[in-house]
Amino acid sequence: MATNQATVIDQHDGHDPALLHHFATKEQQKNSASLGMWVFLAQEVMFFGGMFCAYLVYRYKYFGDFGSASQTLNIWYGAINTAVLLCSSLTVVLAVRAAQLSKRKALTAWLLLTIVLGLVFLGIKGIEYKEKFEDHHVPGPSFAYHGTVPSHPDIQVDPHHAEIYFSLYFAMTGMHAVHMIIGVGLFGTLAFWAWRGKYSANYYTPIENAGLYWHFVDIVWIYLFPLLYLIDRHR
Amino acid sequence: MTEPAISQTGATRDDSPHEHVSSIGSSVAIWIVLLICTGLTAGVAFIDLGPFNTIVALSIATFKAILVVLFFMHVKYTHEKLTGLVIASAIFFLFILLALSMADYGTRLWR
Repeated sequence: MATNQATVIDQHDGHDPALLHHFATKEQQKNSASLGMWVFLAQEVMFFGGMFCAYLVYRYKYFGDFGSASQTLNIWYGAINTAVLLCSSLTVVLAVRAAQLSKRKALTAWLLLTIVLGLVFLGIKGIEYKEKFEDHHVPGPSFAYHGTVPSHPDIQVDPHHAEIYFSLYFAMTGMHAVHMIIGVGLFGTLAFWAWRGKYSANYYTPIENAGLYWHFVDIVWIYLFPLLYLIDRHR
Repeated sequence: MTEPAISQTGATRDDSPHEHVSSIGSSVAIWIVLLICTGLTAGVAFIDLGPFNTIVALSIATFKAILVVLFFMHVKYTHEKLTGLVIASAIFFLFILLALSMADYGTRLWR
Protein backbone atom coordinates (compact mmCIF):
# COMPACT_ATOMS: atom_id res chain seq x y z
CA MET A 1 0.00 0.00 0.00
CA ALA A 2 2.80 2.37 0.93
CA THR A 3 4.57 1.55 -2.36
CA ASN A 4 1.35 2.17 -4.30
CA GLN A 5 0.97 5.52 -2.58
CA ALA A 6 4.58 6.41 -3.45
CA THR A 7 4.05 5.37 -7.10
CA VAL A 8 0.91 7.48 -7.35
CA ILE A 9 2.72 10.47 -5.90
CA ASP A 10 5.70 9.90 -8.25
CA GLN A 11 3.33 10.02 -11.22
CA HIS A 12 2.14 13.38 -9.94
CA ASP A 13 5.68 14.83 -9.56
CA GLY A 14 5.45 14.57 -5.83
CA HIS A 15 2.29 16.59 -5.29
CA ASP A 16 -1.07 15.53 -3.86
CA PRO A 17 -2.97 13.34 -6.40
CA ALA A 18 -6.13 15.35 -5.59
CA LEU A 19 -4.53 18.42 -7.23
CA LEU A 20 -5.18 18.42 -10.98
CA HIS A 21 -2.22 19.32 -13.15
CA HIS A 22 -3.66 22.46 -14.70
CA PHE A 23 -4.11 24.16 -11.31
CA ALA A 24 -1.34 25.81 -9.31
CA THR A 25 -2.80 25.20 -5.86
CA LYS A 26 -5.70 23.30 -4.38
CA GLU A 27 -7.27 26.56 -3.31
CA GLN A 28 -7.29 27.73 -6.94
CA GLN A 29 -8.74 24.39 -8.01
CA LYS A 30 -11.50 24.59 -5.44
CA ASN A 31 -12.32 28.23 -6.20
CA SER A 32 -12.57 27.43 -9.92
CA ALA A 33 -15.08 24.64 -9.29
CA SER A 34 -17.05 26.85 -6.94
CA LEU A 35 -17.09 29.78 -9.37
CA GLY A 36 -18.26 27.48 -12.17
CA MET A 37 -21.13 26.33 -9.95
CA TRP A 38 -22.12 29.91 -9.15
CA VAL A 39 -22.15 30.81 -12.87
CA PHE A 40 -24.41 27.80 -13.46
CA LEU A 41 -26.70 29.01 -10.67
CA ALA A 42 -26.77 32.51 -12.23
CA GLN A 43 -27.98 30.83 -15.41
CA GLU A 44 -30.63 29.02 -13.34
CA VAL A 45 -31.77 32.39 -11.97
CA MET A 46 -32.34 33.48 -15.57
CA PHE A 47 -34.15 30.21 -16.36
CA PHE A 48 -36.60 30.51 -13.49
CA GLY A 49 -36.63 34.30 -13.96
CA GLY A 50 -38.43 33.87 -17.28
CA MET A 51 -41.28 32.02 -15.57
CA PHE A 52 -41.40 34.50 -12.69
CA CYS A 53 -41.62 37.27 -15.28
CA ALA A 54 -44.54 35.53 -17.03
CA TYR A 55 -46.21 35.15 -13.64
CA LEU A 56 -45.72 38.86 -12.89
CA VAL A 57 -47.17 39.97 -16.24
CA TYR A 58 -50.31 37.80 -15.94
CA ARG A 59 -50.81 38.44 -12.24
CA TYR A 60 -50.86 42.14 -13.11
CA LYS A 61 -53.20 41.59 -16.07
CA TYR A 62 -55.64 39.15 -14.42
CA PHE A 63 -55.26 40.26 -10.82
CA GLY A 64 -58.59 39.05 -9.38
CA ASP A 65 -58.67 35.80 -11.38
CA PHE A 66 -55.22 34.87 -10.06
CA GLY A 67 -56.33 35.64 -6.50
CA SER A 68 -59.34 33.36 -6.86
CA ALA A 69 -57.39 30.51 -8.47
CA SER A 70 -54.62 30.79 -5.86
CA GLN A 71 -57.15 30.32 -3.04
CA THR A 72 -58.03 26.85 -4.37
CA LEU A 73 -54.55 25.64 -3.38
CA ASN A 74 -54.18 23.98 0.01
CA ILE A 75 -51.96 26.32 2.04
CA TRP A 76 -50.88 23.45 4.32
CA TYR A 77 -49.25 21.49 1.49
CA GLY A 78 -47.25 24.57 0.55
CA ALA A 79 -46.29 25.46 4.13
CA ILE A 80 -45.31 21.91 5.11
CA ASN A 81 -43.29 21.52 1.92
CA THR A 82 -41.48 24.78 2.68
CA ALA A 83 -40.58 23.42 6.11
CA VAL A 84 -39.48 20.08 4.62
CA LEU A 85 -37.20 21.88 2.15
CA LEU A 86 -35.72 24.08 4.88
CA CYS A 87 -35.00 20.93 6.94
CA SER A 88 -33.29 19.36 3.91
CA SER A 89 -31.19 22.51 3.50
CA LEU A 90 -30.04 22.09 7.10
CA THR A 91 -29.12 18.43 6.50
CA VAL A 92 -27.10 19.53 3.45
CA VAL A 93 -25.24 22.10 5.56
CA LEU A 94 -24.48 19.37 8.09
CA ALA A 95 -23.39 17.02 5.27
CA VAL A 96 -20.88 19.60 3.99
CA ARG A 97 -19.69 20.08 7.57
CA ALA A 98 -19.23 16.31 8.01
CA ALA A 99 -17.22 16.22 4.75
CA GLN A 100 -15.02 19.09 5.93
CA LEU A 101 -14.34 17.16 9.14
CA SER A 102 -13.74 13.88 7.21
CA LYS A 103 -16.58 12.10 9.01
CA ARG A 104 -17.50 9.45 6.46
CA LYS A 105 -20.48 7.85 8.20
CA ALA A 106 -22.00 11.18 9.28
CA LEU A 107 -21.62 12.51 5.72
CA THR A 108 -23.38 9.46 4.26
CA ALA A 109 -26.14 9.68 6.87
CA TRP A 110 -26.82 13.39 6.25
CA LEU A 111 -26.87 12.82 2.48
CA LEU A 112 -29.36 9.95 2.86
CA LEU A 113 -31.54 12.08 5.17
CA THR A 114 -31.50 14.83 2.54
CA ILE A 115 -32.70 12.31 -0.05
CA VAL A 116 -35.52 11.19 2.30
CA LEU A 117 -36.64 14.81 2.84
CA GLY A 118 -36.46 15.44 -0.91
CA LEU A 119 -38.69 12.42 -1.51
CA VAL A 120 -41.13 13.59 1.20
CA PHE A 121 -41.37 16.91 -0.64
CA LEU A 122 -42.02 15.15 -3.96
CA GLY A 123 -44.59 12.85 -2.32
CA ILE A 124 -46.56 15.78 -0.90
CA LYS A 125 -46.29 17.48 -4.30
CA GLY A 126 -47.67 14.29 -5.91
CA ILE A 127 -50.69 14.25 -3.56
CA GLU A 128 -51.28 17.90 -4.41
CA TYR A 129 -51.08 17.27 -8.17
CA LYS A 130 -53.52 14.33 -7.80
CA GLU A 131 -56.07 16.65 -6.15
CA LYS A 132 -55.61 19.14 -8.99
CA PHE A 133 -56.42 16.41 -11.50
CA GLU A 134 -59.54 15.42 -9.53
CA ASP A 135 -60.68 19.05 -9.37
CA HIS A 136 -60.18 19.49 -13.16
CA HIS A 137 -57.70 22.26 -12.41
CA VAL A 138 -55.07 20.87 -14.78
CA PRO A 139 -54.88 23.01 -17.96
CA GLY A 140 -56.17 21.15 -20.99
CA PRO A 141 -59.43 19.89 -22.54
CA SER A 142 -60.92 18.80 -19.19
CA PHE A 143 -60.14 22.08 -17.43
CA ALA A 144 -63.09 23.56 -15.56
CA TYR A 145 -63.19 26.45 -13.14
CA HIS A 146 -66.01 28.16 -11.29
CA GLY A 147 -65.32 30.98 -8.89
CA THR A 148 -65.69 34.64 -8.15
CA VAL A 149 -63.07 37.32 -7.77
CA PRO A 150 -62.01 37.66 -4.08
CA SER A 151 -64.09 40.31 -2.24
CA HIS A 152 -66.19 40.80 -5.41
CA PRO A 153 -68.79 37.98 -5.22
CA ASP A 154 -70.66 39.43 -8.23
CA ILE A 155 -67.70 39.13 -10.65
CA GLN A 156 -67.23 35.67 -12.17
CA VAL A 157 -63.69 34.50 -12.88
CA ASP A 158 -62.94 33.91 -16.56
CA PRO A 159 -61.93 30.19 -16.69
CA HIS A 160 -59.30 30.98 -19.32
CA HIS A 161 -57.59 33.40 -16.98
CA ALA A 162 -57.68 30.84 -14.15
CA GLU A 163 -56.24 28.33 -16.63
CA ILE A 164 -53.27 30.65 -17.18
CA TYR A 165 -52.70 30.72 -13.43
CA PHE A 166 -52.74 26.92 -13.27
CA SER A 167 -50.47 26.69 -16.34
CA LEU A 168 -47.94 28.84 -14.50
CA TYR A 169 -48.51 26.86 -11.30
CA PHE A 170 -47.71 23.58 -13.05
CA ALA A 171 -44.84 25.02 -15.09
CA MET A 172 -43.13 26.57 -12.08
CA THR A 173 -43.74 23.84 -9.49
CA GLY A 174 -43.12 21.22 -12.21
CA MET A 175 -39.73 22.65 -13.18
CA HIS A 176 -38.95 22.99 -9.49
CA ALA A 177 -39.89 19.32 -8.97
CA VAL A 178 -37.64 18.31 -11.90
CA HIS A 179 -34.79 20.10 -10.14
CA MET A 180 -35.67 18.24 -6.94
CA ILE A 181 -35.60 14.88 -8.77
CA ILE A 182 -32.19 15.73 -10.27
CA GLY A 183 -31.00 16.75 -6.82
CA VAL A 184 -32.18 13.48 -5.25
CA GLY A 185 -30.36 11.53 -7.98
CA LEU A 186 -27.25 13.65 -7.43
CA PHE A 187 -27.26 13.05 -3.69
CA GLY A 188 -27.87 9.34 -4.26
CA THR A 189 -24.66 9.14 -6.32
CA LEU A 190 -22.77 11.25 -3.79
CA ALA A 191 -24.01 9.12 -0.87
CA PHE A 192 -22.69 6.01 -2.65
CA TRP A 193 -19.24 7.55 -3.18
CA ALA A 194 -19.24 9.08 0.30
CA TRP A 195 -19.86 5.63 1.78
CA ARG A 196 -16.94 4.32 -0.30
CA GLY A 197 -14.78 6.99 1.34
CA LYS A 198 -14.13 9.24 -1.67
CA TYR A 199 -14.70 12.51 0.19
CA SER A 200 -12.72 13.97 3.06
CA ALA A 201 -11.40 17.34 4.22
CA ASN A 202 -8.86 16.90 1.42
CA TYR A 203 -11.49 16.69 -1.33
CA TYR A 204 -15.22 17.40 -1.00
CA THR A 205 -15.93 19.80 -3.90
CA PRO A 206 -18.81 17.66 -5.32
CA ILE A 207 -20.54 17.68 -1.92
CA GLU A 208 -20.19 21.44 -1.64
CA ASN A 209 -21.38 22.15 -5.19
CA ALA A 210 -24.34 19.78 -4.93
CA GLY A 211 -25.15 21.59 -1.69
CA LEU A 212 -25.11 24.95 -3.50
CA TYR A 213 -27.50 23.50 -6.09
CA TRP A 214 -29.86 22.19 -3.40
CA HIS A 215 -29.90 25.53 -1.55
CA PHE A 216 -30.68 27.30 -4.82
CA VAL A 217 -33.65 24.99 -5.43
CA ASP A 218 -34.74 25.78 -1.87
CA ILE A 219 -34.57 29.53 -2.61
CA VAL A 220 -36.76 29.09 -5.71
CA TRP A 221 -39.39 27.43 -3.50
CA ILE A 222 -39.05 30.22 -0.89
CA TYR A 223 -40.37 32.57 -3.61
CA LEU A 224 -42.87 30.12 -5.14
CA PHE A 225 -44.63 29.57 -1.81
CA PRO A 226 -45.87 33.18 -1.24
CA LEU A 227 -46.42 33.88 -4.96
CA LEU A 228 -48.52 30.78 -5.69
CA TYR A 229 -50.15 29.94 -2.34
CA LEU A 230 -50.43 33.12 -0.31
CA ILE A 231 -51.75 35.80 -2.68
CA ASP A 232 -55.11 37.35 -1.69
CA ARG A 233 -55.66 35.00 1.26
CA HIS A 234 -56.89 37.93 3.35
CA ARG A 235 -59.74 38.83 1.00
CA MET B 1 12.07 6.89 -1.10
CA THR B 2 8.69 6.42 0.48
CA GLU B 3 9.22 8.76 3.42
CA PRO B 4 9.88 12.09 1.63
CA ALA B 5 7.08 11.45 -0.85
CA ILE B 6 4.54 11.04 1.92
CA SER B 7 5.80 14.02 3.88
CA GLN B 8 5.45 16.05 0.72
CA THR B 9 1.82 15.01 0.54
CA GLY B 10 1.54 16.31 4.07
CA ALA B 11 3.03 19.60 2.93
CA THR B 12 0.51 20.02 0.10
CA ARG B 13 -2.28 19.18 2.50
CA ASP B 14 -1.14 22.09 4.66
CA ASP B 15 -1.62 24.67 1.92
CA SER B 16 -5.04 23.27 1.07
CA PRO B 17 -7.78 25.93 1.40
CA HIS B 18 -8.73 26.89 4.91
CA GLU B 19 -12.47 26.67 4.52
CA HIS B 20 -14.99 27.94 6.99
CA VAL B 21 -16.58 25.05 8.87
CA SER B 22 -20.03 26.15 9.99
CA SER B 23 -20.86 25.29 13.59
CA ILE B 24 -23.90 23.12 14.29
CA GLY B 25 -25.29 25.74 16.67
CA SER B 26 -25.32 28.62 14.19
CA SER B 27 -26.70 26.40 11.39
CA VAL B 28 -29.57 25.23 13.60
CA ALA B 29 -30.21 28.84 14.69
CA ILE B 30 -30.49 29.99 11.05
CA TRP B 31 -32.75 27.02 10.32
CA ILE B 32 -35.08 27.95 13.21
CA VAL B 33 -35.23 31.59 12.00
CA LEU B 34 -36.13 30.30 8.51
CA LEU B 35 -38.93 28.12 9.91
CA ILE B 36 -40.28 31.03 12.02
CA CYS B 37 -40.27 33.24 8.90
CA THR B 38 -42.23 30.57 7.02
CA GLY B 39 -44.89 30.51 9.77
CA LEU B 40 -44.88 34.31 9.87
CA THR B 41 -45.38 34.74 6.12
CA ALA B 42 -48.23 32.18 6.11
CA GLY B 43 -49.91 33.91 9.07
CA VAL B 44 -49.52 37.46 7.76
CA ALA B 45 -51.13 36.40 4.47
CA PHE B 46 -54.50 36.16 6.27
CA ILE B 47 -54.28 39.68 7.73
CA ASP B 48 -55.53 42.45 5.44
CA LEU B 49 -52.67 44.87 4.89
CA GLY B 50 -54.01 46.18 1.59
CA PRO B 51 -51.27 46.47 -1.05
CA PHE B 52 -48.66 45.72 1.61
CA ASN B 53 -49.56 42.01 1.73
CA THR B 54 -47.48 41.32 -1.38
CA ILE B 55 -44.67 43.61 -0.23
CA VAL B 56 -44.46 41.93 3.20
CA ALA B 57 -44.61 38.42 1.67
CA LEU B 58 -41.82 39.19 -0.81
CA SER B 59 -39.73 40.97 1.84
CA ILE B 60 -39.89 37.93 4.13
CA ALA B 61 -39.05 35.66 1.17
CA THR B 62 -36.06 37.85 0.29
CA PHE B 63 -34.91 37.89 3.92
CA LYS B 64 -35.06 34.07 3.95
CA ALA B 65 -33.20 33.86 0.62
CA ILE B 66 -30.46 36.19 1.95
CA LEU B 67 -30.05 34.00 5.05
CA VAL B 68 -29.73 30.88 2.89
CA VAL B 69 -27.21 32.51 0.53
CA LEU B 70 -25.06 34.06 3.26
CA PHE B 71 -24.97 31.25 5.81
CA PHE B 72 -26.05 27.98 4.18
CA MET B 73 -24.23 28.69 0.90
CA HIS B 74 -21.24 30.06 2.87
CA VAL B 75 -21.08 33.30 0.86
CA LYS B 76 -20.45 35.27 4.07
CA TYR B 77 -17.23 33.33 4.60
CA THR B 78 -15.93 32.89 1.07
CA HIS B 79 -12.54 34.26 0.07
CA GLU B 80 -13.49 34.27 -3.58
CA LYS B 81 -14.57 37.79 -4.55
CA LEU B 82 -15.83 36.70 -7.97
CA THR B 83 -18.72 34.84 -6.28
CA GLY B 84 -20.17 38.17 -5.20
CA LEU B 85 -19.83 39.51 -8.74
CA VAL B 86 -21.68 36.50 -10.19
CA ILE B 87 -24.51 36.84 -7.63
CA ALA B 88 -24.77 40.60 -8.17
CA SER B 89 -24.93 40.20 -11.95
CA ALA B 90 -27.58 37.46 -11.67
CA ILE B 91 -29.77 39.73 -9.51
CA PHE B 92 -29.07 42.72 -11.79
CA PHE B 93 -30.12 40.91 -14.98
CA LEU B 94 -33.17 39.39 -13.26
CA PHE B 95 -34.12 42.94 -12.25
CA ILE B 96 -33.71 44.13 -15.86
CA LEU B 97 -35.87 41.24 -17.09
CA LEU B 98 -38.68 41.98 -14.62
CA ALA B 99 -38.45 45.79 -14.65
CA LEU B 100 -38.32 46.29 -18.41
CA SER B 101 -41.08 43.72 -19.01
CA MET B 102 -43.33 45.50 -16.53
CA ALA B 103 -42.34 48.88 -17.99
CA ASP B 104 -43.97 47.56 -21.16
CA TYR B 105 -46.96 45.53 -19.92
CA GLY B 106 -47.65 47.82 -16.98
CA THR B 107 -48.04 50.94 -19.09
CA ARG B 108 -49.94 49.64 -22.14
CA LEU B 109 -53.24 51.07 -20.90
CA TRP B 110 -51.76 54.53 -20.39
CA ARG B 111 -52.98 57.05 -22.90
